[in-house]
Amino acid sequence: MNPLALLGVLSSAVFSGTSLLYTTLGEIVGERSGIVNLGLEGVLLVSASAGFSVTYLTGNPYLGVLTAVIAGGLMNMILAYLVVSRQANQLASGLALMFFGFGLSAWIGREFVGAKIVGLPRLAVPGLYRLPQLYASLLRFDLLIYLAVPVALLIGWLLFRTRWGLGLRAVGESPDTAYASGRNPRLIRYQALWLGGMLAGAGAAHLSIAYAMNWTEYMTAGRGFIAIALAIFAKWHPVRAVAGALLFSAAVAFQLLLQSSGVQVSPFLLNTIPYVLTLVVLIAWGGRRRVAAPASLGRVYQGAE
Amino acid sequence: MSNPPDRRRAGSAWAGLARIVLRYGAMTLLALLLFGVILLISGKDPLQSYRDIFVSTLGSTYGFSEVVVAMTPLLLTALAVALPSRIGLINIGGEGQLYMGACAATWVALTFGSLPGWILLPIMVLAGMLGGAAWAWIPGMLRARGIVNETISTLLLNSVAPMIVSFFVFGYWHSPMDTNKTPNFSPSARLPTLFDTRVDLGLVLGLGLLVLFWFVMRFTRWGLEMRTLGGNPQAARLNGIPTRRYIIGVMCLAGAVAGLAGMAQVSGYYGVLLANFSRGIGFMGFLVSWLAGGSPMGIVVTSFIVAIILTGGNLLQLTRDLPYSMVNILLAMTLFVVLARPSFIRKRNAS
Amino acid sequence: MGVDDRQGSDSPQPVLSVRNLSKRFVDVQANDRISLDVLPGEVHALLGENGAGKSTLVKCIYGFYHRDAGELLLDGVPAEIRSPHDARALGIGMVFQTLTLVPALSVVENIALFLADLPAVPDLNKIASDLESLGERYALTVDPWAQVRDLSIGQQQKAELLKLLVSRSRLLILDEPTRVLAPQEIRGFFKVLKHLVADGLAVILITHKLNEVLECADRITVLRQGRVTGQVARAEATEAGLVRLMFDKDLMGAPVTRRATEASSGPPVLEILQACSHGEGAETSLEQIDLVVRPGEIVGVAGVSGNGQRELGDLILGSVACVRGTKRLFGEDVTRRPVGAIRRSGVSYIPENPLAMAAIPYLTVLENMAVTQTSRYSRRGGLSIDWRAVESDAEQTWQRLGFRLPSYLPARSLSGGNLQRMVIARELSHDPRLIIASYLTRGLDVQSTLAARDALLQARDQGAGVLLISEDLEELFEYSDRMVVMHAGRIVGEFRTADVDIYEVGRLMTGSQTAYVEPS
Repeated sequence: MNPLALLGVLSSAVFSGTSLLYTTLGEIVGERSGIVNLGLEGVLLVSASAGFSVTYLTGNPYLGVLTAVIAGGLMNMILAYLVVSRQANQLASGLALMFFGFGLSAWIGREFVGAKIVGLPRLAVPGLYRLPQLYASLLRFDLLIYLAVPVALLIGWLLFRTRWGLGLRAVGESPDTAYASGRNPRLIRYQALWLGGMLAGAGAAHLSIAYAMNWTEYMTAGRGFIAIALAIFAKWHPVRAVAGALLFSAAVAFQLLLQSSGVQVSPFLLNTIPYVLTLVVLIAWGGRRRVAAPASLGRVYQGAE
Repeated sequence: MSNPPDRRRAGSAWAGLARIVLRYGAMTLLALLLFGVILLISGKDPLQSYRDIFVSTLGSTYGFSEVVVAMTPLLLTALAVALPSRIGLINIGGEGQLYMGACAATWVALTFGSLPGWILLPIMVLAGMLGGAAWAWIPGMLRARGIVNETISTLLLNSVAPMIVSFFVFGYWHSPMDTNKTPNFSPSARLPTLFDTRVDLGLVLGLGLLVLFWFVMRFTRWGLEMRTLGGNPQAARLNGIPTRRYIIGVMCLAGAVAGLAGMAQVSGYYGVLLANFSRGIGFMGFLVSWLAGGSPMGIVVTSFIVAIILTGGNLLQLTRDLPYSMVNILLAMTLFVVLARPSFIRKRNAS
Repeated sequence: MGVDDRQGSDSPQPVLSVRNLSKRFVDVQANDRISLDVLPGEVHALLGENGAGKSTLVKCIYGFYHRDAGELLLDGVPAEIRSPHDARALGIGMVFQTLTLVPALSVVENIALFLADLPAVPDLNKIASDLESLGERYALTVDPWAQVRDLSIGQQQKAELLKLLVSRSRLLILDEPTRVLAPQEIRGFFKVLKHLVADGLAVILITHKLNEVLECADRITVLRQGRVTGQVARAEATEAGLVRLMFDKDLMGAPVTRRATEASSGPPVLEILQACSHGEGAETSLEQIDLVVRPGEIVGVAGVSGNGQRELGDLILGSVACVRGTKRLFGEDVTRRPVGAIRRSGVSYIPENPLAMAAIPYLTVLENMAVTQTSRYSRRGGLSIDWRAVESDAEQTWQRLGFRLPSYLPARSLSGGNLQRMVIARELSHDPRLIIASYLTRGLDVQSTLAARDALLQARDQGAGVLLISEDLEELFEYSDRMVVMHAGRIVGEFRTADVDIYEVGRLMTGSQTAYVEPS
């Protein structure tokens, strides 16, 4: 296994894992406030198609990224309205949002199937320009990739070192206690979902504008559900999510490597790794009862009378 | 989160049916309005579109049969959610159980395709149910032992199942011409259709199982014990009802039903196993069951309404040049309206 | 009544004065013109049985309930307390029996959550060191960085107290704080109280345990049935005197009337030998339970609720594992049998909270009646249920007990009293051989109460053994043939009812250790 091949796997994992990381960060924020978003797949699709369309129409990929980010936030606002203000069932609302996303993204993107765009420019990692061309070409990343880990650290800081983050985590564990401390759990959940939606939008933007650079229906291929799994696997911790995203994405990249060494592993089986791994760790935790999801995850908050 | 119905409501069953139709009719109308706006923006004439949909679905016998075809899998996947909901379980795994049922049935079809239909089909049905049941057994067992919540385990396994199907299809079963689907099933492996339409036996199975479900819950001892378990798990435990056995058993049954839906899809509707053939039928079943409050009659009505919308979407694609997927917008908006619970739509039990 | 009238110029101004506070709930006068003062630097104990009104009183003070009449004065100034928020703003803090900490967060984070002037990027290290110094001052040492769910309940309590102290509370109300503490933790707790009051804080301590009161209270107010029956300073308090204030009944001195019983013969219906069970979290662990119930006998279980009675019922029924010891039903060893098997051998259970624990709200009354006996009523292998038989059995039982219930209404539409009746009817049909009745008549009106008790007597006369768990000493004395007293998960006394009187039982219920001496 030569270093070039290894680097190739790493590079591939980074590329495909970035959108997963952003999406997972968004889901972590939302779930930390007590709301699970089964409609993530739909949110991603709408953001991806919106961002792609704007990029194509304006020729400006940064504008496309911005559009995707805002689209993600708006999609999550639908979920927020249903779940927080109307106290609707979280699972049903999420699934409805997913179907909405299927349809809306198809409508937005209908003119652009097969279109080509100039995606986000890729910049070499500074300081590595002296490496031979072969290596250097694998280490050219776009802006969203460079920002990925800093954003993860930022979200971690936000959750664990700020007053707002403390309130958010309290809402996710016990909305009544958070209320008793003078906070507004409903407002906090709206804020969490807005931020989460923007992060998911960034993930979708990377997918359609930087990585694949095209648009097809259902192009997210289950990334929404992988992100939900990854949020659990990472124990709802942003920094762990970085490692997890790399791990989950490396699996598929690894398959190419194995293939070149003559080992045939079905890509489909490798694709099941994120879910199987998550289930395995859940079983491992279940025996010990040490790790728990945010206590109010999935429950409807009735609010103080 | 489940909404088991009141058994002895004031008023007859017909009044209840009328109430359901009225409520869902009202919500559908509102959603149609919203969707009409989207059509306008796309430059299409909403009224003409709706007229077309109506004509193509309810206006002709063939159209009506197409609606029934779309309704068939929903009946089964909704039942796969409604049954566990009676004992307080949330089964989102219909999608995965469906795939595994289809997978098992396909294996039988491909391996024993030369057998005559009257032997082959029952075996396929059995295989489909076993495949789905096995897929649901894992979450059931994990929940019964208190290790993993069934909501999350079924959700995770949902995403694994299509991969397994793809593994088999692309790797071993694919037809010479297309890598993403199996060769067409032999005629003996196809579920017979009814009356010159595309409606297959799956409809009969679906309706039959729903009737059975209604009967068991209402009249039998197990139905009473299940309703006790769902209504007050602690009381059930203190009364000696074997909780663990019911959790595993009910999940397996639900998986079997969803697996049957998968079998009916590949054997009846498609005649071939296509990778990723289900674009959310299992999830749709969850929503149907939830909308219907888990009641068998409600499931029939709700499936019918959803099927109308889906079939109409087919037409949109063919005649109006809009992506089929847009019908999801109409579906989702209808759901949004119900979820938001405006005052003129009151759900039966507030959960 | 009982207001301390030492209002001399050199006596300190009370932190809190309660004047003629009254609070009524529908048909119960929970607090009836209660007056008391709490001085700074004192531990003021609020003593009384369950239902005496202690909890209601402090909840009125804390703003949870709105009082009907009377006033509250803080430092002599009338105060309007309409919510816990107001109370906290005025420096009143309360530690409930169910703690309000967020388990998944650390102690520091929990306290930071409630700090009024928390900066946007809080310095948790500083808060932690503040906590540590506070902790040293008041002997409330807790690891500030530990996650609350990893702490023992005693330490969680300390964290709750720290939370109040950080918000500069001057009056602390503690509701039965030692109930969840291990014996060695209680020592530490008393030390904490000493430190707190040494600094000028005032503490209201709600308790039913006499030894605690005598150990650390400065003044004691005794409540009974909503009224203050006495107020004493510690120097003048005696165990006997306090017991009398708590349990004084109209029957004092008069012999307790009991129904005549025949000698119970035959092998014991229930035998528990040295059984232990493990309680999780807030549950009580049972230790060394020895209990025998014979056929045709009513054994009463006295004790303040929360001392293991519910766990005892669970243990007998089998829904909680018997960690050590053995359990025998009708002579057979059933230590490891599941609930279903124990039920089928003829054990009935009327739990203390019928709606939560025994009734299925959305099923009809008739369906609820059938739920315990599904195998009896199932026909054709389970395919159908003989509802006619259910109905006739139900009506028979209702007739026997003297009431009627609407068969076809869902259980949740019944009143609390009717629900209790339904559960009683269900459990008493089919001639059970052992009946566990937990707070049988709580919340019932007079008529149903008598009917329920009669039903128990009927069952007993037909040879069943009855375990009657109750808080109502009058009821226990009247109906039980033998009595055991439970305290802190143990059986601390066992007598034939004729051999004991109400004060002895009351003493044991409150955990007193010294021998009882007749008041002269």
